[in-house]
Amino acid sequence: MQQSIKPKKPFNVTLYLLIIPVLLWLVLLIVLPHLDLLISSFQIENDNGDKVFSLDNYIAFFKEEIYWLTFVKTAAYAIGVTALAFIVTFPIAFYLTKVISKKNAAFFILLLLIPLWVGELVTVYGWMVLLGDHGIINHFLMAIGLIDEPINMLYTDFSMILGLLYMSMLFMVVPVMSTLESLDDSLIEAASDLGASKWTIFRTIIIPYSMPGIVSGAIIVFMLVIGDYLAPNILGGKSSLWFTEQIYNKFLTTFNWNEGAAFGFLLLMLSSGIIWLVLKLSGQKLDRVGS
Amino acid sequence: MIRSLPNTAAYTLGYRIYVALFFLFLVMPLIAISVLAFNDSNYIALPWNGFTLDWFFSATDEREGLFADSNLMESIVTSLTTALIVATMSMVIGTIAALLFEEEQFKFKGLLYFLALTPLVIPGVILGISILLSSTYAGNLIEKNFGIDIELFRPSYWLVIFGQFSFGATYVMLLVAARLKKFDRSLEEAALSLKATRIQAIWYVTIPFLRPAIIGAFIVAFLLSFSNINTTIFLVGSDPTLPIDLYSRIRFSSTPVLNAISFLIVLVITLFAVVNFFIKRKDTT
Repeated sequence: MQQSIKPKKPFNVTLYLLIIPVLLWLVLLIVLPHLDLLISSFQIENDNGDKVFSLDNYIAFFKEEIYWLTFVKTAAYAIGVTALAFIVTFPIAFYLTKVISKKNAAFFILLLLIPLWVGELVTVYGWMVLLGDHGIINHFLMAIGLIDEPINMLYTDFSMILGLLYMSMLFMVVPVMSTLESLDDSLIEAASDLGASKWTIFRTIIIPYSMPGIVSGAIIVFMLVIGDYLAPNILGGKSSLWFTEQIYNKFLTTFNWNEGAAFGFLLLMLSSGIIWLVLKLSGQKLDRVGS
Repeated sequence: MIRSLPNTAAYTLGYRIYVALFFLFLVMPLIAISVLAFNDSNYIALPWNGFTLDWFFSATDEREGLFADSNLMESIVTSLTTALIVATMSMVIGTIAALLFEEEQFKFKGLLYFLALTPLVIPGVILGISILLSSTYAGNLIEKNFGIDIELFRPSYWLVIFGQFSFGATYVMLLVAARLKKFDRSLEEAALSLKATRIQAIWYVTIPFLRPAIIGAFIVAFLLSFSNINTTIFLVGSDPTLPIDLYSRIRFSSTPVLNAISFLIVLVITLFAVVNFFIKRKDTT
């Protein structure tokens, strides 16, 4: 558009001034590192300490049941938590945008943002304090005489899923709220006047209309959950292994970086594969996810 | 169902109970850690033994409070300076990227834009290990050929900064680009027709218009950096950031000082959010 107004210059200085720092950022910190990840995943160290091409890192993944089982479990749980995040938060997003007044909603939105900005570590730690055998919830339940023995909640799949849901669900609320805000109330009123039930309105108007927000939210939630380390590590038990923990172990415990790179690359393929599929099915663009 | 439509009493009540439970769920962990920060006990658990500020100010061997714990204070400083540098770098590059993608036309723009968005969907762990692998590779290469050991290429303070910046810039870019879309291009064209250079037009006309978004994006990048652990954990050297320090304490040696520092974080964020809330409300009325 600019070109039509000002005469085309042979050498656009501004373009170069803008593009060079951006290229440095993207090439040095995004492209090269991920190329290196791919290359490292196909290398092993031979007896002389040289790096040679090999498929061993990937073969190890498929040979060891624990690795690919964890991989499949992580994927399945991440999809489950994403669905759960939608179910739990959709009524809230609807309540804050459509049921109560804007002024009252502002206060609740403030409450929503605080855990988001406090950071995952603090909130995960909070759940650890709440759920432990001597934790606050057990203490409370025993004090009112509901139970005699503490319920074992911490270090189980339950506590892990709770932590994953807690840290990711707010990323579902925000995009869903922004689509719901633009939904014209009169559409719902008209449907209601014509005798549509709540369920019909919900199914045929509200859900289809907020689909772009749901897709954005689902992608962010899924990505955060599948790549999360803290909730599985701190709240999960010995049996609730998460794939990121395998990667962490390869890099920082057994120092087998090449195998770790292969695991990392598999995780990257899994997350981008599922995100690509969701974008494809919904016909949405990647930049919509960020807004 | 919505404001303007009538509902049965049971529906309204049920809905309200659900919303109340949700918000209880939301604030419960924050309240729990905050309250236990003041419990006069050596364990992070109830029963309530009375109020104390030991976990903030005490300096005995048995109870080393937050402000007496030099390691903890150091990691707070590390985190604050890291976050400041990351936010500044992200702000500059992110704004430049927003200007580039919104205002310029060039070859491979689509590809470059796609690359700039990828940190949104790449798990932080992957960014961490990729940058660790490539920097180690580069470091080894330089050491082999030139015999110099550069600290930046090993897990270190600056490697953490570059790791966090790699995704921080994306968030800044999106936030600034959102405001740039509302910018009236004719203002910039007016400056150009008055013989301003393109750079002058951007600096004196476009940037002032973008200022609120740039400041907001700076804060977002700061907070992202301050709380990041997924990427940082692979890049951190001998000076841990606060989340790394807290993480290792949670794993290996929990004392209520963890609650004290968590309470402080919750307090600062809450105050900040409340101030922000009132400023915004004043702006709209």
